[in-house]
Amino acid sequence: MDFGLSEEQELLQDTLRGFVQQECPPAHLRQIFDAGIGHDDALWRGLSEMGLSGLLIEEKYGGSQLEILDAALVCEVMGFGGVPSPLLGHLLASLAIQEGANGDAGISLLPDLATGSRIGTVALCEEDAGWVPEAWSCSIRDGRISGQKFFVPHADIADVLVVGAEGGRLAVVDGGGPGIMLRGHDGIDRSRPLSRVELVDAPCIPLAEDAALAGRVVDAGLALLAADAFGAASHLIDLAVEYAKTREQFGQKIAQFQAVKHQLARLGVEIEPTRALFWYAAHAVDHLPGEGARAAALAKAHITDRAMEAARAVVELHGGLGFTWECDVQMGFKRVMFDRAFLGTPDVLRDRCADLADW
Amino acid sequence: MDLEYNEEYRSYREEVRRFLMGWPLSGREAELPEKEREAIFRRRGIEAGFVYRNVPSEYGGSGQEPDALKDAIVRDEFYAHGAPGDLGTQGAGMLVPTLLEFGSEEQKTRFIAKALSGEESWCQGYSEPGSGSDLASLQCRGELQGNDYVINGQKIWTSSAGQADWMFGLFRTHPDESKHAGISYLLVDMKSSGLEVCPLKEMTGGMEFNEVFFNDVRVPIENTVGKAGEGWKVSRATLIHERNLIASPNMMRETFNDLVDLARRSSIGGRPAIEDPILRRRLTEIEGYVSTSETSNMRQFTAGVRGEPLKALRPMMMSKLYSTDTMQRIVSCAYDLLGADGMLAPSEEDVAGWARKTTQTGWVEAYIFSMGPSIAGGASNIQLNIIGERGYGLPRDPRPPSDSD
Repeated sequence: MDFGLSEEQELLQDTLRGFVQQECPPAHLRQIFDAGIGHDDALWRGLSEMGLSGLLIEEKYGGSQLEILDAALVCEVMGFGGVPSPLLGHLLASLAIQEGANGDAGISLLPDLATGSRIGTVALCEEDAGWVPEAWSCSIRDGRISGQKFFVPHADIADVLVVGAEGGRLAVVDGGGPGIMLRGHDGIDRSRPLSRVELVDAPCIPLAEDAALAGRVVDAGLALLAADAFGAASHLIDLAVEYAKTREQFGQKIAQFQAVKHQLARLGVEIEPTRALFWYAAHAVDHLPGEGARAAALAKAHITDRAMEAARAVVELHGGLGFTWECDVQMGFKRVMFDRAFLGTPDVLRDRCADLADW
Repeated sequence: MDLEYNEEYRSYREEVRRFLMGWPLSGREAELPEKEREAIFRRRGIEAGFVYRNVPSEYGGSGQEPDALKDAIVRDEFYAHGAPGDLGTQGAGMLVPTLLEFGSEEQKTRFIAKALSGEESWCQGYSEPGSGSDLASLQCRGELQGNDYVINGQKIWTSSAGQADWMFGLFRTHPDESKHAGISYLLVDMKSSGLEVCPLKEMTGGMEFNEVFFNDVRVPIENTVGKAGEGWKVSRATLIHERNLIASPNMMRETFNDLVDLARRSSIGGRPAIEDPILRRRLTEIEGYVSTSETSNMRQFTAGVRGEPLKALRPMMMSKLYSTDTMQRIVSCAYDLLGADGMLAPSEEDVAGWARKTTQTGWVEAYIFSMGPSIAGGASNIQLNIIGERGYGLPRDPRPPSDSD
């Protein structure tokens, strides 16, 4: 009985933190953010060389074969740093192909996904069905897929798309292949740009015959988003604490005012204990069948809600500066907006939790 | 991360369960009064090594090797079985750990075993009418005359003072020293002459609190725990134990489950409340807090077992406030479900015990009672100060220059 991180997991986070500080300091982050491309070749190469692109891929295909918890710990640091990167979609696409590919065509993609020389993403959301696999409508006929998907992260640079289809099935589509058309959404989080994907008889490789795989990919995604939002909110609180310790009004540091001190402490209380909640959810997705789906939905709903509240308070604590584009707070704020809505808002996820509890 | 127990602990759990088959008592023992039955079983628990595991056997515990996992297994199994294990009283829960850390050999021999068995019961004399959150400003005097401290003054919010045999408390014995340095931790016989207990009625209707008045009460100098004038330091250790008593994740999950049951038997708009979409969202939102509390507790627990408690320092500081707030969310939701029944007064049984919340008025009592933990053991605003200052390095509140601890 041990509910804590291993030395390897702590090392993984420390190493990634160091990398992010070095390679993606706020000034560089802002350049990428302002450009709106949500990607930087050098950053992606660095992350891939650390083994993150192959994190969920088996060793025999060149990956490091780690668990959802490890991926979540990585996402926490990525969220903390606000790092623009296709990692979220890439991890979920690799997971789907790793666990769902049953022929050479799918498996042959894994080595390149592991090294990061090919980038993957997931195309799940539909206009009417949202993120619910059972309600998806994209049709697969004779190895070709047709339909429309929305809010696909980093679709513009993705080589491999894992697309959700009717019956909750998943299929792989070549990002540069025929029958695929992209149109960018004007997304709020410029670290993770979104596109609409239209598929017309695009050749595809079906991954699974039922919705179980899609369910697992969604559950894993929920745990990763919870971790990302936890990281982003923790960083925002740090920014507010630092600001309150330096900003002076009425002749003293504003942190000296109990109203400010208590507000900051409250933010900490809402966020810090939830670190254990996303650990548990990520662990449950892999190890506690029957609990994983609910734990992931509960954690994602709770943490992104609390993180959004924290982000709003942090803007306010920064005063007029907090409301500007120039202030770094806006980047974390928008990171949380993405995390909160992607794969389902807290309300939707709570409804699912209630159903799963048999209430 | 591994949520399974290994072979050693699995078989330990089995051992505990086998032992618990002896409760409730059977045969002629089953006819004894409740207190005696509990005392018998508790004694057996000590002999078997399951009760008071961390108190040395010479003082009446079972003196087992420290093992937080075994502690947790015993706690969970006894709790689930409803069997009498470690007492959660002020004596067993707060005085004993303090004496083990600071007490003299005579004090340990004299007091610990009887506090553990419940043969002697204890109350805590800290707060005073003018000293609540600012406890160190306390004024109740203990003046040294010969070999006795002569105590004059008043304590307040003293739970169970009417039934207690002894009080552990803080008294100003060195009024010329600075605020925190002039305090001693004394053990006071409640039968002393000049000591008077006056009950206070709480807003729930319960009568747990008291005022205690001291009029030339004599306490022998050997009843000082730790050094004279170092009572503040001694009491800090005790306060940590009190915070640990207040925050129980087991109880929180149970109360949450009770809330779900209440939602099943209540109705909204002529339909079972549990089917109401807004209520379902509210329940799962509250459950987010309950699960956070549980998992954060597991994290702190593992950090402790690994000998790395500092890695979970922030959540540990937050734990009392977090559980207080979470419990209040649960009971507030329950209170809303009561509808007009929320105007009813709790019955005597509701107020008397820690009974499960199965009746409407039981929830009314819980709703009111939930205010207590946000005040006792360091009010929530004080918790926020601690978290802000020690957890996030924010500046301390301005204080007079002489007033430092």
